[in-house]
Amino acid sequence: MSIPAPRYSVVNIVAAAVLGAGIAFASSLLADDSHRADAAPGGDEVVVYSARNEQLIKPMFDAYTKETGVKIKFITDKEGPLMQRLKAEGAGTPADILLTVDAGNLWQARQMNLLKPVKSTVLEANIPSHLRDADNYWFGLSVRARTIVYNTQRVKPEQLSTYEDLADPKWKKRLCLRTSKKVYNQSLVAMMIAEHGEQKTEDLVRGWVANLATDVFPDDVKMMQAIAAGQCDVGIVNTYYFGRLLAKNPKLPLKLFWPNQAGNGVHVNVSGAGVTAHAKHEAAAVKLLEWLSTPKAQSMFADVNLEYPVNPAVPPAAAVAAWGTFKQNPINVAKAGELQTAAVKLMDRAGYK
Amino acid sequence: MSRPFSIRWQDIAARGWTLAAAAIALLVLIPVGVVMSSLWMPAPDVWPHLTAHVLPELLRNTFWLVLGVGIGVSVLGVSLAWLTAMCEFPGRRLFSWALMLPMAIPAYVLGFVFIGLLDFTGPVQTALRGWFGEFPFPAIRSHGGVILVMTLTLYPYVYLIARNAFLTQGKRTLEVAQSLGLSRRAGFFRVALPMARPWIAGGVMLAIMETLADFGTVAVFNYDTFTTGIYKAWYGLFSLPAASQLASLLVMLVFALILIEQYTRARKRYTSTGRHTDARDRIKLHRAARWSATWYCVLVASIAFVVPLLQLIDWALSVYQSDLDARYFEFLLHSIALGAIAAVIAAAVALTLSYAARHSRTGRTRWLTRVANLGYALPGPVLAVGTYIPITWLDTHVAEWMHAAFGIEVGHLLQGTLLTMLAAYTVRFMAVSFNPIDGNMQRITRSLDDAARSLGVSGIKMLQRVHIPILRSGLITGMLLVFVDVMKEMPITLMTRPFGWDTLAIQIFEMTSEGQWERAALPAVALVIVGLVPIALLTRYTDH
Repeated sequence: MSIPAPRYSVVNIVAAAVLGAGIAFASSLLADDSHRADAAPGGDEVVVYSARNEQLIKPMFDAYTKETGVKIKFITDKEGPLMQRLKAEGAGTPADILLTVDAGNLWQARQMNLLKPVKSTVLEANIPSHLRDADNYWFGLSVRARTIVYNTQRVKPEQLSTYEDLADPKWKKRLCLRTSKKVYNQSLVAMMIAEHGEQKTEDLVRGWVANLATDVFPDDVKMMQAIAAGQCDVGIVNTYYFGRLLAKNPKLPLKLFWPNQAGNGVHVNVSGAGVTAHAKHEAAAVKLLEWLSTPKAQSMFADVNLEYPVNPAVPPAAAVAAWGTFKQNPINVAKAGELQTAAVKLMDRAGYK
Repeated sequence: MSRPFSIRWQDIAARGWTLAAAAIALLVLIPVGVVMSSLWMPAPDVWPHLTAHVLPELLRNTFWLVLGVGIGVSVLGVSLAWLTAMCEFPGRRLFSWALMLPMAIPAYVLGFVFIGLLDFTGPVQTALRGWFGEFPFPAIRSHGGVILVMTLTLYPYVYLIARNAFLTQGKRTLEVAQSLGLSRRAGFFRVALPMARPWIAGGVMLAIMETLADFGTVAVFNYDTFTTGIYKAWYGLFSLPAASQLASLLVMLVFALILIEQYTRARKRYTSTGRHTDARDRIKLHRAARWSATWYCVLVASIAFVVPLLQLIDWALSVYQSDLDARYFEFLLHSIALGAIAAVIAAAVALTLSYAARHSRTGRTRWLTRVANLGYALPGPVLAVGTYIPITWLDTHVAEWMHAAFGIEVGHLLQGTLLTMLAAYTVRFMAVSFNPIDGNMQRITRSLDDAARSLGVSGIKMLQRVHIPILRSGLITGMLLVFVDVMKEMPITLMTRPFGWDTLAIQIFEMTSEGQWERAALPAVALVIVGLVPIALLTRYTDH
């Protein structure tokens, strides 16, 4: 039985790949010592677990390292797995800071005893009280407004008023929504429960579902594109997605509307952070959070993603300011966490997928 | 005198193999067990809600998805495998490897490409509306859409394995069938197909397990399945018991599927005639059939690969100037390294298990083999947590023990290293390499061993000269499949990667989690291109 030559070449290639990989592996194991946070307790380093995307945090961290010499290591993932990871690691966790893109998960992290309170006059002075935990377990770092977006060719702004109004039959087959699985919508509905109670909120959500023009979307961007294309007329969106889409395609017939201005105001959430319960570099972590709340960092943190700064002394980016000013809902964003489970169940009952 | 000795030796060997199989099954059972540990904890506030408002739909959806994908991959995989292995038509050589390429595109990527192209706002419907005004177009975000996307990315499993089976089956069996008066069609359905059945069934099982464990694709379609239900219970309702109970149901469902599949093939043993099909053996199709075969292959290859890749490249070109930087080289290297190491480990583990199943005649070992393959059915996000919890536990206790016993501070030995990642990958993807390896193992008959022994070949020599040549194609197939799968894997990579070990799949996550599909195309294109290399090797190798 003769074996054709190509067989050997394949085997060789596989062998070479394995060998190369083995070397990479070995070197990584050796290099890993430098990765171990606990190898240098109290050193000039902070470790962050972040649900906020790499491209939104890395510029900030790079700037901080440049300014202070403190190194920042981070891992990104979704909030859920990050919290599970913290929980599993317990006292041995290398993480000093948990950074999320919503308040609900920070509230949950506190319930799971993953965070510790921080006493900092700087943070208390820079961040309004409704955008941080009442006992200082976590702090908002940027504000994300979830508001109404509409097709300018098919809707006049006078026709719009509140989130609740979108449940009115006049919007039948004209509403588009993002999936209820996204925590932004869970927070919005949680805040509605805080305001109206479960029964009325469920009726309202049922009204939304009855008005849907098409199945709910997996993300805000696709939903806005559908509104622009005329598949529906109106939807609910985080403003930075709107800003990003319009920056790419300024001709889209889309505009933002600030709802509930006569009532409680626009629903806001925060991207925020807390120091972990078993932080190895607690002081350095607090310093980083304080720095992030200062005007210079606030501009960067918010502007990189067209969000609003939490620090009231800092104006938003010009492009963001152009959307106008609005009254934000003053209820503490922690409420969204408290009522999140109720909101998820309510949306299931109402058939909001 | 030698007889009793050899019997005892075989007993010991058999017990050793059973122990090895048990160790591997345990490795898989730990994460499964961790997930199931809250199985008996009550979740009274969550279950009534789930049964009333969540479960009925997700059971229905999961059922249709599994049925649709199961039928889809069987039909596509087997028909294409038969055509390229046994028939002669224009383009056959090209298609024999080109039809494997869809495997390089992760299902979640194909999902967002299809939605981007075919949804209301996509170029296709927009153009149709431009020409005809209001135009009725089937919704892509639907049962059909998810089934289509998953079928197109998963059929290569069936194709590859079935094709190998047809090739090694040889044409002689078919000739026998024809000489006994069966038509060509009857020969296919009554002889070739039943003979290839264990391999086809193995491929379809892989596809179904992957479907059940999928989270990324169904999330893109917002299609609620068991996996999304687990995710919702865990991270939306924050009920670990409910999530764990749902995951247990899923595992039991898969186990039942495995048992049914094995029960229906009962005690048949499959061996091959051992001669490979070559050019002379192929069925010459007549004119109409020739070109239909070509067009069929063109259609599948374009829908599943060429068009999506072109769309990805188009998107990638629009962002590469701002996004492509030196770090991409690092992402690429990490993806390749992780894929390669995991491939070797998974193949080694699968090989051990396959030998164990062969050597030990006990039913116990067969059970252990089944259990060890269950990891593939666990959704990635669940398995990631299931692996992470015991590893951190072990780490903490080893560190405490070292401190108490020797006063040595060892820090973390496992957590935050690649070992954690590789353990999780092995648990998840071992089944992928087990299937082709075990498929080949079944061809090493006892009479073959006896024949070799009577010629004085035994021990290591037997391995070198008899077993390895027969197993080689299965080993390489297994390794390359795992390599591609690991590169595409997302949730385990996200949760267990050490600092700085970002990969191409992580980069796709960074973009898609913010709805930036166009920007995700850049790492996706890179991932697809890297995946092409092993896939090209794979088909070239199996094709001689």
